[in-house]
This record gives sequence, C-alpha cells and structure tokens, in this order.
Amino acid sequence: MADQSRTADMTPTAAADAPAPRRGVTMLLVVIGLVLLIAAPFYLYPVFVMTLLCFGLFAAAFNLLLGYTGLLSFGHATFFGGSAYFTAHAAKEWGWPPEFALILGVLGAIGLGLVMGAIAIRRQGIYFAMITLALSQMFFFACLQMPFTHGEDGIQSVPRGVLFGLIDLDQPLNMYFFVAAMFVFGLAAIWRIVNSPFGMILKAIRENEQRAVSLGYSVAQYKLAAFVMSAAFAGLAGGLKALVMEFATLTDVTWQMSGEVILMTLLGGIGTMAGPVVGAGVIIALQNRLATSDFPVTIITGLVFMVCVMLFRRGIIGELMESRLGRMLGLR
Amino acid sequence: MSDPVQTTEPRVVLSARGLGKDFSGFTAVNNVNLDVHHARIHALIGPNGAGKTTVFNLLTKFLPPTRGRITLLGTDITKMSPDVVARMGLVRSFQISAVFPHLTVLENVRVALQRPAELHIQFWRPMKSLEVLNGRAEVLLNDLGLMEYRDTRAADLSYGRKRVLEIATTLALDPEVLLLDEPMAGMGHEDVHMVSDIIREVAQHRAVLMVEHNLSVVADICHHVTVLQRGEILAEGDYETVASDPRVRTAYMGSDA
Ligand SMILES: Nc1ncnc2c1ncn2[C@@H]1O[C@H](COP(=O)(O)OP(=O)(O)OP(=O)(O)O)[C@@H](O)[C@H]1O
Ligand SMILES: [Mg+2]
Repeated sequence: MADQSRTADMTPTAAADAPAPRRGVTMLLVVIGLVLLIAAPFYLYPVFVMTLLCFGLFAAAFNLLLGYTGLLSFGHATFFGGSAYFTAHAAKEWGWPPEFALILGVLGAIGLGLVMGAIAIRRQGIYFAMITLALSQMFFFACLQMPFTHGEDGIQSVPRGVLFGLIDLDQPLNMYFFVAAMFVFGLAAIWRIVNSPFGMILKAIRENEQRAVSLGYSVAQYKLAAFVMSAAFAGLAGGLKALVMEFATLTDVTWQMSGEVILMTLLGGIGTMAGPVVGAGVIIALQNRLATSDFPVTIITGLVFMVCVMLFRRGIIGELMESRLGRMLGLR
Repeated sequence: MSDPVQTTEPRVVLSARGLGKDFSGFTAVNNVNLDVHHARIHALIGPNGAGKTTVFNLLTKFLPPTRGRITLLGTDITKMSPDVVARMGLVRSFQISAVFPHLTVLENVRVALQRPAELHIQFWRPMKSLEVLNGRAEVLLNDLGLMEYRDTRAADLSYGRKRVLEIATTLALDPEVLLLDEPMAGMGHEDVHMVSDIIREVAQHRAVLMVEHNLSVVADICHHVTVLQRGEILAEGDYETVASDPRVRTAYMGSDA
C-alpha cells in the first residue's frame, strides 16, 4: 500500500490536505456564515454590522502576521488608520470615486508596511514588537501634525460616493453589500495566502526558523512579504471603515488601536480563520453596548483580556476546535 | 552524477583555514584547518564541549567566525549568510532535532523540495499545487522507512524518527556537502544501521562531514577523522591512526564521553 503513489511524480495522492468530513463541515460553516452575512442588515443596524466587518477584516489581516507567521506587531494601527486617512482625503478633497480612494488607501498602507517592515523585520520577539510600536507612534505624531489630517478634528463628512459610477453607496444596503463583498474578498484572499505554497513556507518559518534558513530560505524576505500583505489587508479594512463612518480620525492610528486588534485576535483565537472575526465581533458588540452606559469600556476590555489569558488561551474559536464538539466535527 | 575518476584523490569541496570563534573572551574554536572531500565521509569527534557544533555553525555561517576563512566549491563564503550558503549546496542538520513539528512528515520533506522546484512564493496558488512534489518526497520517505508515518504530524513521532525525518529533509535538497550534527543520537539499533547505510550511499556522490559520538559507526563508515579538543584539532587521519593516538585516548578517558 505504501507504493501506491510513487510511480509517477504527477499523480496526486489520495489523501488531500484535509480529510473529507472536515472539508464538509468547513464548507457548511462557510455557507452558514455567508447566509448570516446576507441576512444581517435586515435584522441589525447596518452601520454596526459594517463596523464589525471592518474590524473583523482588520483582525484577520493582523492574524495573517501573528497567527501564521509568528510575528507580533504592535503597530498595525498605522496601516488601518493611515489608510483611513488616505481614503478619506482622496474621496473628500480630490473627489475620487470610492474604489480609487480605497485603492489609494491600500497602496498607502503597503508603502507604510514596506518601511516599517524593512526596519523591524530583522528583530525578534519583543524587539520586533517594540520597534513596530515606536514607528507607529512616530506615525501618530506625524498624523497629529500634518495639515491634511486636520489634527484633532480629523477628516469629517467623507462622501461615500458612487461605486464604479453605478452604485450609489449612500443607499445603506448598497453600502452594506459593498462592505460585505470586500470583507469576503479579504478573508478569501487571506485564506488563499495561508493555504498556498508561500503559506507553507511561512508556517515552516514560524515552526522552526533556523531549519528554514538551513534549507536555503531567506527568512527575512518571506517575513517582509507577509508583513506587507498583512498591512495591505489592514489598509483595506481601514479605508472601508472611513467610508462606512464617513470620517477618519486620530483614534484609528493610536497605539490603543494596535492593542485592540491584538486583543480581538487573541480573544477569538490566533491561527484560525474565524477566530479574529469572532473576537472583533465580541469586542465591537461590547463597546457598542457600553457606549451608552457610564461604565468605562477599557475596564471591561481589560477584564475580557484577563479572562481570555487565564481561562481560554486558544481563544474562543481555538478552544471550540479543541473541544469535544470540535473534535467530533473533525475541526481539529 | 558519480565521479568517473575514482583513482585520483577526491577534490576538496569545503575547506576552512585558521578558523576561530570567541564568545565574549572565551575561545570556543581556535585555528581549525579542515578539508572536506567529495565522495568522502569525514567525522568530527571530540569530548562534550569541544566545539564541534560551533565549527558546524561557523562552516554553515550560522555564526560569524572571529578569525579565519571558509571556502565552498572554490568560492570564499566567509562573509556570506547561511541561506545563501545553503542554496550553494552546503546543507546541515542540527544536534537538537530540527523538524517542523506541526507539519506532517510529508509536508516536512516537501518544504525542502519547494525551493528547488520554484514553488515557494506562489501565494495565489492552492496547496494542492504542491502535490506534484509528493512523488519525490515519498521516494525519500520510503528509503528512510518513514512511509507509514507520511501523514503523521512530526511532533507525534518518536525522537529517533524525528532524527530520521530530519535526514530525509536534508537529503531532499540533494546537497553537494552534507553536515550532520550527531545524526544518530537517540536512535535505536536498527535505525542506526539504516542511517549508516544511507549516509554511506549518499556519500558516493557528495561530501559528508558528521559529528558522531558512536565510535563504532565512525570506525565503520568514515574515511577520515578529525579530533577536536577544547576548540583545537588534537589529531587527524583515518580511524586506526586516530584511535591509536595516545593523546586521543587520554582526551577521551579524561571526559565522560
Ligand atoms: N552561543 C554561545 N555563546 C557562548 N558560548 C557558547 C555558545 N555556543 C557554544 N558555546 C560554548 O562553546 C563551547 C563549545 O560548544 P559546542 O556546542 O560547540 O560543543 P560540542 O563539541 O558540540 O559539544 P557536544 O558534544 O556537547 O555537542 C562550549 O563550552 C559551549 O559552552
Ligand atoms: Mg554539539
């Protein structure tokens, strides 16, 4: 039986990446997710769901780096908030249509990612986190000073515009389905990157960097590529958010924002596709709830973080997959 | 591939001259001259802490040397980085087993195959595109008796099997020069035999430098032995010469090895 597949190099072997039952369950969950996504705006406040989707995408982008490459960036607000500014500025001051404004935001995030990545990537662990934090603080002060961001006021009343000259995004449902489509696109693209030949090398680097080097891989280049990709998707999320909220402010470039995305990802489960989205959902829902009460949000998120670290280290989705139910469904 | 001119002395593929390494004042390796030949198995032995692994780290550029020069296949590699040196054909294994624990056995070997097959930067292609490499990977797994663990995660293998997997991964690159740091440590008798045979076989058309504590293996398969003690070369030659050297005997008696 061992010889089945060694006859020809081209013959794909029977066992694919995932066993059949797992595939089926995953497909089912994806379909359920899509149905929820389509149904959501009819039951929930669309802007709330859109905000959630933006942060979900942001966290998924962050997870591409932390979960699948093993790099903890403490500066991702730079790409999220930076892209929000670029997108907002292009849409408002230059009157660009939303698709081009978004592309500019993403390109800006890529540029910022290249700079930050090139400086930080050769450092390990906590030093990497510290350098990204320091650089993102520099970017924060730049945003505070530069005239185009309008300092403390931010860029207000950003027009959503008309997508492709056809679809009026001022219509809430149009906007919603545009954001939902970009969210699905972003997640699918991240999924593809993770499950690609390149993704396999990222995994190998995360698992044993020295070994990857000894096999001839220029580790720094792969890490930089992953960093820039992560920055690009974070930028997509940030640009979308600026269009959803119709403003871009300093909040999105603060270190607290970088911390929040770490929290969302850890809470949901690093290294899982759904985890960061679920984590973002929980945090955004909490913030939404508490926004109207007098209770300080930061205390609650701090508590959530502590509970997460102490009780379920793998995060909500991670624990679910490890649980008996998860094993039964073949999710592990 | 095999060299038709077996009568002449095999050519030197890797050499070190005056190699030295200081760790903040402590000299771990000093004035080491080494010539590794094509189609020869060269053993590097010595008591614990003699500096064998450090020599490996220097040769493969995982550590920058404090002194000396290293030449690989006629190129001075003293200032190169480890990944470049690996791509030139100098591939090492590690003393502490180095596998990718959460990848399957097949995936571990495939990671090594991906680079020469130019299948390592495609972030837009599905994982399935790597299946073209399965055939080659499985040949290696068969040769090393790992086929039944093909889809097992490397972390779930026994220690000895992890070592075998590491050798399979290293061989997947078909390197010109192979550096093995205690490849058989922790293996059972059968595996030691199998791996000895494999090393002997692959050394027919490549150079092998190996650190090995098991002296019967050294006696059995190695053409040339270099003995290291406190970072310096104590003796050199074929096994008989080295084994009968009184200085080597004292060095080994004096330590736990
Ligand atoms: N990175 C390092 N920093 C400081 N000292 C080191 C470092 N690496 C090795 N050493 C020291 O250098 C000496 C040689 O170590 P090395 O690991 O090369 O020995 P070895 O011959 O491989 O021993 P073993 O048989 O135990 O594997 C030891 O005294 C060790 O403590
Ligand atoms: Mg050693």
